[in-house]
Amino acid sequence: MSQPILSVENVTMRFGGVTAIDHLSFAVQKGEIYGLIGPNGAGKTTIFNNITGNYIPTEGRIVFDGKEITGTKPNKVVDLGIARTFQNIRLFKSMSVLENVLIGYHNRMHYTYFEAIFRLPRYWGYEKRIKARAMELLEEFGIADLADTEATALSYGNQRKVEIARAVATDPKLLLLDEPAAGMNPSETEDLSIIIHKIKKDFDLTILLIEHDMKFVNNMCDRLTVLDYGENIFVGTPADAIVDEKVITAYLGEFKHA
Amino acid sequence: MQKLITNILLLILSVYLIYWAHSHLDNYTLSILNNIGIFAILALSYNLINGVTGQFSLEPNGFVAIGAYTAALFLIPSETKMDMFALVDPAPVVMQMHAGFLPALLIAGVTASVIALLLSFPVFRVRGDYLAIVTLGFGFIIRIFAMNKPAYTNGAMGLNDIPGNANFLWIGLIAVITFVTMLHIISSRFGRAMKAVRDDEDAAIAMGVNTFWIKTVAFMTSAFFEGVGGGLLASFLTTISPDQFTFLLTFQLLIIIVLGGLGSMSGTLLATILVMGGMEWLRFLDDDMEIFGYHTGAHPGMRMVVFAILLVIMMLFARKGLFGDKEISDTVRKRIGRRQQTAGGDA
Amino acid sequence: MDFTTFLQQMINGFSLGSMYALIAIGYTMVYGVLRLINFAHGDIMMVGAFLVYLAHAAGLSFPAAVLVGVLGAILVGVLTDKVAYKPLREAPKISLLITAIGISFFLENLFNVLFGGVPRAFPAPDYLTQVIHIGKLYLPTTALVIPVVTLLILAGVLWVLYRTKYGMAIRALAFDIPTVKLMGINADGIISLVFALGSALAAVGGIFYAISYPSIDPLMGIIVGLKAFAAAVLGGIGSVTGAVLGGFILGFTEILVVAAFPDLGGYKDAFAFFFLILVLLFRPTGIMGEDLERGRF
Repeated sequence: MSQPILSVENVTMRFGGVTAIDHLSFAVQKGEIYGLIGPNGAGKTTIFNNITGNYIPTEGRIVFDGKEITGTKPNKVVDLGIARTFQNIRLFKSMSVLENVLIGYHNRMHYTYFEAIFRLPRYWGYEKRIKARAMELLEEFGIADLADTEATALSYGNQRKVEIARAVATDPKLLLLDEPAAGMNPSETEDLSIIIHKIKKDFDLTILLIEHDMKFVNNMCDRLTVLDYGENIFVGTPADAIVDEKVITAYLGEFKHA
Repeated sequence: MQKLITNILLLILSVYLIYWAHSHLDNYTLSILNNIGIFAILALSYNLINGVTGQFSLEPNGFVAIGAYTAALFLIPSETKMDMFALVDPAPVVMQMHAGFLPALLIAGVTASVIALLLSFPVFRVRGDYLAIVTLGFGFIIRIFAMNKPAYTNGAMGLNDIPGNANFLWIGLIAVITFVTMLHIISSRFGRAMKAVRDDEDAAIAMGVNTFWIKTVAFMTSAFFEGVGGGLLASFLTTISPDQFTFLLTFQLLIIIVLGGLGSMSGTLLATILVMGGMEWLRFLDDDMEIFGYHTGAHPGMRMVVFAILLVIMMLFARKGLFGDKEISDTVRKRIGRRQQTAGGDA
Repeated sequence: MDFTTFLQQMINGFSLGSMYALIAIGYTMVYGVLRLINFAHGDIMMVGAFLVYLAHAAGLSFPAAVLVGVLGAILVGVLTDKVAYKPLREAPKISLLITAIGISFFLENLFNVLFGGVPRAFPAPDYLTQVIHIGKLYLPTTALVIPVVTLLILAGVLWVLYRTKYGMAIRALAFDIPTVKLMGINADGIISLVFALGSALAAVGGIFYAISYPSIDPLMGIIVGLKAFAAAVLGGIGSVTGAVLGGFILGFTEILVVAAFPDLGGYKDAFAFFFLILVLLFRPTGIMGEDLERGRF
């Protein structure tokens, strides 16, 4: 196997006396959709926050694209090529859909503060070009007609699309999706999985996703890691996961539900 | 394109109106306009950090004081300085400060914004609303220094005989420049990032925005225009003393930006006129009133009680002020758009 | 500085630090449960001192007047929360802060209109202002009374916080309001308790301040409030023991620096500000504090 795009090596995260993640390791290969599943409180979001630099791991290291990124500032991590969405959708509520996506392009617009104030040519150039690109991106998600609508006025499914589009706008190599299908109805979920496959291909992305909905995971992921109380209890394909005894014990009930 | 032409025409019109007012109106009216103009400059820039960026700050009185003292020291001629400093001789550096009107204003603005940069490091690198308390404290510190460094500030006596170059032509033009600058910032990637910080700082960081710098840039910009406004104020009043730059000044500006709408620049302009007018109109509250033959006695400060209550009521019941965070033109456009839509629907 | 002077200054510092500590506790507790810098807190202290003055002027004995002052401050503090802060629990943070500054400005100007801005002599009874001689030391009774009373009060507050279910609820609230609500604790009742406790301590601090100073005016709460807040940040915002520690450190620093460098006397009120800046730069969680601002995803 080639060098993984992301490898989490022996990461431990403690909050005071509580161990949220316990010596967790896994590696994501370029171009795959990798799932991270586990019951509530298993430390899934915590490991996301470790990767994005929101929390600095107590122990262990995180390597992205051959470079160690443990403890890198969150905005720098984005510049390196990792983008994320949030579990509870967090759009900029005073802004339109287009503006939300334009924030994703913030670091791709290379005009200075003075060029903005004095409206010099570079300001106009970048604004025009990037706005066109943002519209294309919205087209890709099928929500271009909603560009001028206030983002929070959209349906839940469309808000999720805006959030993913905004993350894709930062031009990532690796996209972290935190429970993207949470709170969606079956047709919205279906719609979303099609879009995720499409952007993965069109933007040459690797995707790491946290999920609760087993059916969604089975459809989406090439491989997955199952977490229980911060520990890695299974690595492999979704098909193997559902017959693994340890996984079934940890998940009892949740599988039946799915 | 059509919008651009409208904007240019509006700009020409406002410059013409300023020129006309400057050459036709009497001194009393002009002094009111000058006051409004200076407060507009201060309120517009204050709204950038508070309204657009959402970082609660109480800095204006401190930065206006810095701007006023800096500009005054650069504008007052040497001989006047020698005569004026009664307590101690002016510091040598004070005697070397000389500049024309416009350079003095620029220096005032830059000085204020450098201090804003220094304050940014302690307050913006940590989470929490420390900006408010640090800037509130800063206003007092500046006063303490003004009182304790008479070689630079002439202590409690303040500075007088400041050349009165600031007429309505200057003040009006700088107010227009401030307004246009703020609009240009808001509709650029920087303004969008500022609004993103206000709406959800974690999400802004997740978009790669360096929120520390965005907040710092907004704060420095506010400080710059407050420094320039302070310089204009010094030249307009021709005398300044530490007592003019108390928290009252900041409070008036806070009322203005809350009324106009946090984040709305045109709302701020309108609110400046309303609040300044209201201050004049409510002057009677401070005087002796006769109610049913009973004399209330003079109560200096009664207006401030009323304004404080107004501020709290606005926060509780009308948090968005007049225009929320939108510009007046947006609101109007939406109305017209809706009307056209309904008209179209009828046909 | 000889030893006697040093001792004298230490006692003064202890007394000043006591006042800062009492006021800082209110800041730190309100910040803990609401993440709000309660700008009106310094003014609550002023209200407490003024009510004592007014009650005494109306003929009450000093102890009775103190009771009126403390109860009045509690009332104003709790009412402020109920009327102005509570409706904004779900609002953007900036609305809450603006409201707080509005309340602060309101109290200052209301008292200014009602009683004028001229400082008034505070009616401290003789048994508190007497000077006693111990060897070469000249001490006003207050220099002994204030620290002793403060330590007793602090012991009481810590007992409430760490040994009663109310105290436990307050500390739980400091970490997470929604969870506390789920646990069936009356969050609003606990928040009122925090305001009541904080306001009572501020009133006591204000009375001590008024006795030592010895005058009161409607704006007295601003600077003292700022300093007490700085003390709370120095100790670690959210931590009550931290606030006490911060208050004492600030009190001692002010007294000792001015004693050692009389030239800096004019800048005495600026020390707290520099403390605040230094703490924010180098140790934002203060001496005892935990990081309350860690993002919750």
